[in-house]
Amino acid sequence: MTDKHGLIPCSDAVRQLWDYLDNAISPEDQAKVDRHLSFCRTCCGELEFAKELRAFLATQAADEIPPDVKARFERFVQDL
Amino acid sequence: MVRVQDRTKESFQRLASAELAGLYSLARRLVRDGAEDLVQEALLHAYRSFETLKADAAAGPWLKSILVNVFRDQLRRKARSVQELPVEQVENFSLYRTLVEQDPLPYSDTLHHDYLQAFSKEDVREVLMRLPEIYRAPLVLRYMDGFATKEIARMLDTPLGTVLARLHRGRKRFESEMWAYAQQTGLLLRETVT
Repeated sequence: MTDKHGLIPCSDAVRQLWDYLDNAISPEDQAKVDRHLSFCRTCCGELEFAKELRAFLATQAADEIPPDVKARFERFVQDL
Repeated sequence: MVRVQDRTKESFQRLASAELAGLYSLARRLVRDGAEDLVQEALLHAYRSFETLKADAAAGPWLKSILVNVFRDQLRRKARSVQELPVEQVENFSLYRTLVEQDPLPYSDTLHHDYLQAFSKEDVREVLMRLPEIYRAPLVLRYMDGFATKEIARMLDTPLGTVLARLHRGRKRFESEMWAYAQQTGLLLRETVT
């Protein structure tokens, strides 16, 4: 939804921020979000937080396995 | 490196052994209980279809893809209908704004960063487990394991548009559950004390 000047409200901008970061929205929508961000400090904060949260989630994927669990899996594979 | 042309049991053992930590970690992000069973079933499926592995470099994603297929089939077997969240129920929540308004760490100069850092990996897992599986799985696969949305749609056998919608609602729900979890467990008080 845009107003008569082609501007989108904060709710529209925020809804698209993660897809915006993924380059998963159309060039037209990207331009609308860019324009909104050029004057909205709150949504710039939302954008920075979205980047931080994404980076935080990516750090949660560390591969960890207790030695006893790994040993059970290895025995399982041996017995296949 | 394992030569996948050599599809012997021994080569499968070597390949699987190198990927066990990744498989188990992914399984623990997908299910609260039964991560070991999920990995074992995935290993069994993978061994039976070892010849479909095309390239050495694809071994990790190939095994994870099989594990996600097994997870998806387990969900279907439960025959439990998981209701989609109404859009309006999660749409208006913003963790960013909530933190600004509630200021739970008044002495912090980097409030949003410090808030996230208060969560250990186990805390994040507990928050993930509060999400219905249909939202949890796309979120985990996209933002923790780095799969493309098209690949997630294929693995979960779900239309791309549905995956995108669930990712959006899953993100919102995750943010709101992060806030609720910290409130309910006194997470920030623990951080202040230690």
